[in-house]
Amino acid sequence: MLRYILGRILIMLPTLVVISMLIFAIIELPPGDYFESYVQELKMLGEAANLQEIEELKARYHFDDPAPLRYLQWVGGMLHGDFGYSFEYRMPVNEVVGDRLWLTILISMVTIAFTWMLAFPIGLYSATRQYSWGDYGLTLLGLMGIAVPHFMLAIILMYFANVWFGTSIGHLMDLQYLDQPMSWAKFRSILEHIWIPVLIIGTAGTAGMARRLRANLLDELGKQYVVTARAKGLSPTRVVLKYPLRMALNFFIADIGSILPQIISGAEVTAIILSLETTGPMLIRALQSQDMYLAGSFLMFLAGLTVLGVLVSDIALSLLDPRIRLQGRRG
Amino acid sequence: MNGPLPPPGRELGHYVSDIPFDPKAEPGGAYLGMGSASQFRLTWLKFRRHRLALISGVFLLVIYGSLLITEFLAPYRLDSRNLDFIYAPPQRVHLFHEGQWVGPFVYGQTMRLDLDQLRRVYSDDPQDIQKLRFFCRGEEYRFWKLLPADLHLFCPAEGGRLNLLGTDRLGRDVLSRILHGARISLTIGLLGTMVSFVLGIVIGGIAGYRGGWFDHAMQRMIEVIQSIPSIPLWMTLAAIIPMSWSPLLVYLGITVILGMLDWTGQARAVRSKLFALREEDYVLAAELMGAKTPRIIGRHLLPGVLSHLIASASLSVPAMILGETALTFLGLGLRPPVTSWGILLTEARGINIVALYPWLLWPMLPIILVILAFNFLGDGLRDAADPYH
Repeated sequence: MLRYILGRILIMLPTLVVISMLIFAIIELPPGDYFESYVQELKMLGEAANLQEIEELKARYHFDDPAPLRYLQWVGGMLHGDFGYSFEYRMPVNEVVGDRLWLTILISMVTIAFTWMLAFPIGLYSATRQYSWGDYGLTLLGLMGIAVPHFMLAIILMYFANVWFGTSIGHLMDLQYLDQPMSWAKFRSILEHIWIPVLIIGTAGTAGMARRLRANLLDELGKQYVVTARAKGLSPTRVVLKYPLRMALNFFIADIGSILPQIISGAEVTAIILSLETTGPMLIRALQSQDMYLAGSFLMFLAGLTVLGVLVSDIALSLLDPRIRLQGRRG
Repeated sequence: MNGPLPPPGRELGHYVSDIPFDPKAEPGGAYLGMGSASQFRLTWLKFRRHRLALISGVFLLVIYGSLLITEFLAPYRLDSRNLDFIYAPPQRVHLFHEGQWVGPFVYGQTMRLDLDQLRRVYSDDPQDIQKLRFFCRGEEYRFWKLLPADLHLFCPAEGGRLNLLGTDRLGRDVLSRILHGARISLTIGLLGTMVSFVLGIVIGGIAGYRGGWFDHAMQRMIEVIQSIPSIPLWMTLAAIIPMSWSPLLVYLGITVILGMLDWTGQARAVRSKLFALREEDYVLAAELMGAKTPRIIGRHLLPGVLSHLIASASLSVPAMILGETALTFLGLGLRPPVTSWGILLTEARGINIVALYPWLLWPMLPIILVILAFNFLGDGLRDAADPYH
């Protein structure tokens, strides 16, 4: 078991390295750099740029070095916790990111929990009552969840939450808590606000997951051991809950790997509309202004989070499913 | 034969067909020629039974067909404005006026400025009956940007106005804009899927047939691409497109970006299928006869996976259509004057629009319908292409 986990972690490392190269290449691709657009912006406003400061920053971050060298410096810095410098905020990336990363992780986790809690009973219901009206209705509802663009759902929900509950639901907490350290009151405020983004981000994931659970469960339900169990006199509910559902559970855990990138993607767009204090709005701003270290480190965070999620799901799966342990798995 | 079983103890009825026996007759019925039917034909026969998928397929064919004659279908041009009617609500089509048959018509609207709320208030004018005209000469346009023409499927009465889905902030007809936007949105999904389709087939095909180091490199590469969340990656790639590009180039660029990130799933599917197929005897035979790799992959292996690929491609079109709307919404996708459904929705952003001018949300309807249709079609195709289903 330990060997499997170690091997799995070892495989993860080259993946992360390649991801970091890809990200670096992507943020390097656009012509020009942050300072060029910055100076130009100032010129348009009719202000003089502090060229000396810019030269200093450029020198400190080795803007004139060849790209491979800068890549090594960036990765080297990340290894001991230095994620570079955000030119726009004039602060180290670590400080700019601060709370935002944790809030992103929090939202992703809550969304996954929400997705599971909803997808599980829905999938179970549609599989056991295949082709019933309930099945059709839930399938259609799920497809609608996939078909409506996230941002429109966000806007419409925002409107109705305002009309019905009178709450303003932008942001992730009441504004007075924004720069406060974590406290009980702040935590409660976050809880009050978190359900809207979770609902918006979770719908598509829930629909997809319920559909896959239904398909998987239907495959299992047709198998002979189910017939045998029924023939031996187990009640239908017990049969489903005792055997096929267990198989489906494995698949739920295996699915973390595919659902996590999806949730993070959805979270980015939603966050921008609801102006949540997560990574999304900052990332897009950083991309547009070519604040490369901020953007790059953000992308790296998100990708790292995904890779970690896949790792956790693989390990959990190997702990849960004896077949996988016996056969071993290629990473 | 098909009746209920007789009670226990009684003899089972013996069924004899009363159709005269003809030993020379061809086998008929549903299994006509099934033994020698091609994979494509089998798939089609199975697909035909999937009612919802069939309807969706026809619906999509009609929609895509209508893209060819958008200018004829839309009552107005993409950019024609009517500054007297800004944010006008949708007009309802009536058939009867005060209990009398008139035929399809709309009431003219009169606008009044509400100075308390600072908004325009429109009300129907029951005296002003504007009959719709069909196959009529209306606003002039250039068909496919080439031929000057003015024939429309339906147009407003002479001197009248027809905004079945209302107008936007510049007094442009929402319905016409949705119809014109369909051209961009729907083709982006299709072109993007084609890009990913070709990439997936070529890369997955070589990886699956050759195996070895190429396969290993591909596997890692796919793993990497799939572990980066797609929207941030789209955002990054779209941010690369220079602002100075013409809208058409941006359109092509977005298409390629969407396709570039989607091919991984296709490549995986092709690879795993080819892994199984390349062990078949007919591949060995082809190799011995000296066929080159491209010929073996293209002529002998791909036909076996094509139906499956088409099914999965039709499931990836909706993802691209949604991807375009999301990118555009973030300001990274298409830019006016190119008009897509994403652009239309972007113009409808903001909570005041939902409250005051909800008809600007109409573009959501075609998006939802098209995505539902592609999902049903894809499901049906997938079931039909699966020989074990």
